[in-house]
Amino acid sequence: MTASMRLRAAIVAVALVVLVVVAAPDRAATAAEDGARPPIPQQLWSFAGILGKYDDAALRRGFLVYMDACSGCHSLRHVAYRDLSALGVGFGPEDIKALAAQFKVEDGPDEEGKMFRRPALPADRIVSRFPNKQAAQHANRGMYPPDLSLITKARRDGTNYLFAFLTGFEEPPADAEVTPGMHYNRYAPGQQTGMEGVLSEDLVEYDDGTQASVPQMASDVTSFLAWAADPHREIRHSIGVRVVIFLLLLTLMLYALKREVWAHLHERKEEAAAAARARNEDRDHPDQAEMPH
Amino acid sequence: MATRRWKNGFVRWIDARFPIFTATHHQLYEYPMPGNLNYWWNFGSIAGIILVVMIFSGIFLAMQYQPNTAEAFDSVERIMRDVNYGWLMRYIHQTGSSLFFAIVYIHIFRGFYYGSYKSPREITWLTGCLIFFAMMATAFMGYVLVWGQMSFWAATVITNLFTAVPGIGESITTWLWGGYAVANPTLNRFFALHYLLPFVIFAIVALHLVALHTTHSNNPLGVDMKGPQDTIPFHPYYTVKDLVGLGAFATLFAIMVFFAPDALSEPDNFIPADPLVTPEHIVPEWYFLPFYAILRAVPDIGPIPAKLAGVIAMFGATLIWFLVPWLDRSKVRSAKFRPLYQVFFWVLVVNCLVLGWCGKQLPEGVFLTISRIATGYYFFHFIVLLPLLGIFERPRPLPYSISAPILTPSPVSPAGRLELAPAAAGDEARP
Ligand code: HEC
Ligand code: HEM
Repeated sequence: MTASMRLRAAIVAVALVVLVVVAAPDRAATAAEDGARPPIPQQLWSFAGILGKYDDAALRRGFLVYMDACSGCHSLRHVAYRDLSALGVGFGPEDIKALAAQFKVEDGPDEEGKMFRRPALPADRIVSRFPNKQAAQHANRGMYPPDLSLITKARRDGTNYLFAFLTGFEEPPADAEVTPGMHYNRYAPGQQTGMEGVLSEDLVEYDDGTQASVPQMASDVTSFLAWAADPHREIRHSIGVRVVIFLLLLTLMLYALKREVWAHLHERKEEAAAAARARNEDRDHPDQAEMPH
Repeated sequence: MATRRWKNGFVRWIDARFPIFTATHHQLYEYPMPGNLNYWWNFGSIAGIILVVMIFSGIFLAMQYQPNTAEAFDSVERIMRDVNYGWLMRYIHQTGSSLFFAIVYIHIFRGFYYGSYKSPREITWLTGCLIFFAMMATAFMGYVLVWGQMSFWAATVITNLFTAVPGIGESITTWLWGGYAVANPTLNRFFALHYLLPFVIFAIVALHLVALHTTHSNNPLGVDMKGPQDTIPFHPYYTVKDLVGLGAFATLFAIMVFFAPDALSEPDNFIPADPLVTPEHIVPEWYFLPFYAILRAVPDIGPIPAKLAGVIAMFGATLIWFLVPWLDRSKVRSAKFRPLYQVFFWVLVVNCLVLGWCGKQLPEGVFLTISRIATGYYFFHFIVLLPLLGIFERPRPLPYSISAPILTPSPVSPAGRLELAPAAAGDEARP
């Protein structure tokens, strides 16, 4: 309408743009710190989005990859054996008991005051190969193989990053500088990592006949670790859909109620305003005192 | 307060000894509310409700949380995985803290826009500023409780700021830590204080409301209520209007809790605290970013080293809010009638967003320059613009009252001096 309103609209628009820029993930900074690292490719995950579901078969294959290819170095210490019941077929109560019993945990003290080792129970956390962080670090030339329970949350765009990392081991390009003892990885920070590329064709044998190619194993173990980091994801989403629909309807109804209640007020106020106008015939023009609603 | 004849004998008996029914009736039906409040007036009641949500979710978390450096991180994971609906409590608490700040920032900027801090509402404003201070301390210490990498390093960076205090800085920091580094005693006391402060906030909220109900609500026109024609009862009009806002807020809250609970989390905080590994970027939660930018923007100022100057500027950035009722010399409350202030209000909003964005970047090169300009402008707004605008700005004509569609002549005399328009003069005609 007026120049000042246009100015105000322009400033509000600038504010919104700045807000979007501020809220957007910080790609500039990440790009700068990682030098030549290419952007992380985006994959289609079955569990992406609100309606996505974990693919049980992929989780089972991923668990196998974790056990065969990763557990030698990396712990998974926030996941208990009993949590694996989410993996479906082959992970019933008896199966889990048998699986846990293959590992030993320290317990005690017993009646004689001695610590003892016993087979793990379903309620125990997945047993780590190393008793502590120092031991894991020592066995890996001073580099700590991080616990994998939260790995997809502990990296930016973690799920896609993990897949990219696992498939990113390549021959270094001629111009790449790789520190001795480190390995070239296309997607690792600084494009090198202390971990070797452990996945190779047919490293594991899937019992559902899936061909164990490197991308297949990487994708499966990524799905499994994404589940390990966020095991309540499906139930959270399904409760969420119902809660949000309920709240939306409730809000709409409250809005209708509000309109109804205030409509009567407007009638009352209009009468009062008419009376006031009659009294103030000789004063200035009417304006300004509209009731927002 | 008139003694009412309540029909029910039991109610009458209670009311004669403890007038809860009369008081409630008074607040709902007799207490005058301006008839023209818009939806920006919803944010106060939402802030109060989310405070209660934080206290409840927090108490349930505290039942399972272990304030011990060896167990804190794992106990939070146990809440997330093993405690029935623990993930829900934790995500409510975590998302709630972010939304609490968003709501309170809107509430504060509503006050800036409509001049709600001006006479006679200074004490309401001051208690509000106190609440904000206590919230910052509470949220900072709550974030440390998680004991992830960001928790630990945020605690280290922020407590280290006190070493900047000349002479006694080192001793203060040692005293805060309860030792010579951020460690178990620090985590323990942060838990104790994080449990205590929300109840202190609750008490200050009560003071805030007493002051508010003494001076009554401001309104979008910024003119005083002149009589019954300007007012409506709280119930049913504002109860139902507040419920609409609350419903919309709850919907947004649920969307974040259920569908994007980690959207605002730093990945580094999913790595357990490790005093031997410094994260590449130490960044605070989004709601502290503008202050963090100010902290890092300030250079050496004469004899004051940059660190101390930064700390002073950072605390000054919120302390200055306490002075706003006296820095703003204009008698007109609402920006609606202040053509220049209205523009500078939005410039300040943009400036604060820019500061927030700078807070995420490393303080070097162009970012440092922008942070410095934005920091300078921030203080310029409060210290220079607010007083000057009151003198030089020519306000638009004010309506005589909320309901009367009558304009007073422009409140600026030919000599250019501001005279008190009847509507802005004060509270002589309060109902
Ligand atoms: C021989 C031991 C070993 C095996 C087997 C191994 N890793 Fe690693 N991994 C490491 C070490 C050591 C590091 C730390 C490297 C560093 O700090 O530079 C590491 C780091 C990682 C990281 C972190 C990368 C980053 O962003 O910093 C991920 C993710 C990872 N490993 C996943 C896996 C997965 C999945 C498997 C199984 C397919 C696996 N690792 C098998 C030793 C191993
Ligand atoms: C003003 C109200 C409050 C605010 C702003 C607040 C803020 C926070 C924040 C930001 C966190 C870290 C969240 C995360 O990243 O997970 C946190 C954690 C925590 N808070 Fe609060 N809080 C409030 C009230 C309370 C109360 C009243 C209690 C207990 C009585 C409480 C108990 C806890 C506990 C145990 C944690 C650690 C567990 C966790 O991280 O989820 N909080 N709080």
